[in-house]
Amino acid sequence: MSSAATRSPFVESQLAAPASPLPGAGVPWLDAARREHLAAFAEAGLPTKHVEAWKYTALRALAQRKFSTGDAQAAARAIDASAFALPGVDGPVLAFVNGVFRADLSQLAQLPDGLELRPMSQALREDPEPLRFTLSRYEPEKGDVFVRLNAALAGDGVLLKVVAGAKVAAPVHLLFIGAPAEGDVAWHLRHVIELGEGSELSLVEHHAASGDQRHLGTTCTDIVLREGAVLHHAAFQDAAPGAALIRRTKLHLGARSHATVHVVELGAALARHDLQAELVGNEARFDTRGVFLLHAKQHGDTQLAIRQQALNTTTDSVWRGVADERARGVFRGAVLVEPGADGSDCNVQNKNLLLSEQAEIDTKPELVIYADEVKAVHGATVGQLDERALFYLQSRGIPQAQARGVLTAAFCRTVLDDLPNAELRAYLGDRLVAQLPA
Amino acid sequence: MLKIENLHARVAGKEILKGLTLAVNAGEVHAIMGPNGAGKSTLGNVLAGRPGYEVTAGSVEFNGVNILELPPEERAAAGVFLALQYPVEIPGVNNTYFLRTALNAQRKARGENELDSMAFLKTVREKLKIMQISDDLLKRAVNEGFSGGEKKRNEIFQMALLEPKLAILDETDSGLDIDALKQVSQGVNALRSPERSFLVITHYQRLLDYITPDFVHVLADGKIVESGDRTLALKLEEHGYAWVKEHEAGVVGEPA
Ligand SMILES: Nc1ncnc2c1ncn2[C@@H]1O[C@H](COP(=O)(O)OP(=O)(O)OP(=O)(O)O)[C@@H](O)[C@H]1O
Ligand SMILES: [Mg+2]
Repeated sequence: MSSAATRSPFVESQLAAPASPLPGAGVPWLDAARREHLAAFAEAGLPTKHVEAWKYTALRALAQRKFSTGDAQAAARAIDASAFALPGVDGPVLAFVNGVFRADLSQLAQLPDGLELRPMSQALREDPEPLRFTLSRYEPEKGDVFVRLNAALAGDGVLLKVVAGAKVAAPVHLLFIGAPAEGDVAWHLRHVIELGEGSELSLVEHHAASGDQRHLGTTCTDIVLREGAVLHHAAFQDAAPGAALIRRTKLHLGARSHATVHVVELGAALARHDLQAELVGNEARFDTRGVFLLHAKQHGDTQLAIRQQALNTTTDSVWRGVADERARGVFRGAVLVEPGADGSDCNVQNKNLLLSEQAEIDTKPELVIYADEVKAVHGATVGQLDERALFYLQSRGIPQAQARGVLTAAFCRTVLDDLPNAELRAYLGDRLVAQLPA
Repeated sequence: MLKIENLHARVAGKEILKGLTLAVNAGEVHAIMGPNGAGKSTLGNVLAGRPGYEVTAGSVEFNGVNILELPPEERAAAGVFLALQYPVEIPGVNNTYFLRTALNAQRKARGENELDSMAFLKTVREKLKIMQISDDLLKRAVNEGFSGGEKKRNEIFQMALLEPKLAILDETDSGLDIDALKQVSQGVNALRSPERSFLVITHYQRLLDYITPDFVHVLADGKIVESGDRTLALKLEEHGYAWVKEHEAGVVGEPA
């Protein structure tokens, strides 16, 4: 709790008027909701390490920094969009720079049948009413002040809907570019994604940098899969080395729906990702694969929280972490199988590799099971490279540094094995290898 | 080619090799036999440069070079190859990729040009004639889920591809069925040449029916305690290692 006198510089800086008016400003219900969220944020302040969810991720340094509330020049900054093309990702593009939609960098002409895709800012300006329920309903998770901050200050984001039965083949590229500005900027995006019954979508969430900066970005993504929907979601976090990125992705899975999420985290000084899923329909399935590769003084924190609430649901999570130099990694894999979710399976595997003595990774699998006939497996390790494997490679003539690289790359790459988009898989694999110590 | 003199080595603080002396000339095949725990694998590991194997005295010269100073990869590039008693599984590393990386690393270290994937595949196809292993094994991760016999064949295939000057085969025959034993032996024999030497560690005289050794040595308690021609293996088969000890102690004469 904080009064005006004890507020941190960070919180104080976020209470200033937005750098430019937020889209939707003047809409009474939205103004009211934003005011309420901002007040709650100011009241709560940033979480300390006494808050369980932030135990291993200290925000003391962030609390001392000030960020301008948005980038008034974001729409005009010169950006070369071609630098951010991804192999195998050739569908529609929705691009944002420092949290502001950029039509000039997007590709929204001739959307595939059954796909509705547009920026939230446009919807808020033209016809905000349909968003009223989504944006004013809010169930604050305890301690989640960044969700509050995001709700108070997000004026843009992705609105995506796949109509029932539509199968959208070309992957949709959601591109979030951080660009150098006059100072450090805080930007916020809110995404609302819905896959209708029996629909299919492939989505690429891409965080990138067009130059070095130390902005703070927050994103809140809500994804709903109706009955039988299929989602392939690949998230590639390649933000600027100085950036702070705090993301919350929440999936809601209906009966027989299936979401697969692949996450590759390479960039940012501070990257926190809360990946949450509720399996509310019978036989829903949720597979996650992810890796963070940290060096220098990077801090990466992935919090996976899964709730299996219906019969015969399945979740399978395979995560890897690598930390070098003075980097710090955190992984929490929590699965709750609720009463009644009988016949469900869950698996959480997390393996971590420390490449230096100063690096640290904390991992914590948590399985809580209240249902019957549940198959649950979990495992978490933190260690070094297998010495026997290292010797084996060296004994065949591969120099030690290269052998370490080969083994580390193999360790990371496993999470990409079942990424269906072969071109993207190869690209991400190469990027992982490129980031490994030489 | 290989000159080991008075070699002493420790593993985990315990002295295992206790003054081992052995000379191998180019083109020779030496068999090393001896009881469990005698130090045979330790010898192989020391020669290949495995970390944790500490040489406390003695010397090893390989073609005039003191290889004890070199890291494993440089010994490999110089021509030392160890087929492991227990080959290691490496999940996530494709076998073909592994072979190509190894071969090119050695070529680079020797100042030869690296092979592109076309040239490499051509070499692989040639070597497949020497040592049949299925395509499937080449596509899979190194040794992962391979049967015991498949792992051993993979070792010999690597040897065929890397063309070492000195190949140390540590119980490559253990766990092989009769057909595989023949194939592995054929693979080894195909590679025998006046420039290439072999140290064949085995418990079974049977292997030596297929790979005819020039010399047979008995390694016991960290030393070579008996050396002879291939008939020594037959005597061992008949009388066991107890005979060697007695023989060494001068208690009994050579059995007729
Ligand atoms: N890493 C190690 N740590 C501890 N002891 C070891 C290690 N490696 C070898 N030893 C010990 O050294 C001794 C010799 O082992 P080595 O593997 O060389 O025997 P060997 O002659 O190959 O036996 P075998 O015929 O059973 O393969 C054994 O007593 C073994 O337990
Ligand atoms: Mg042995």
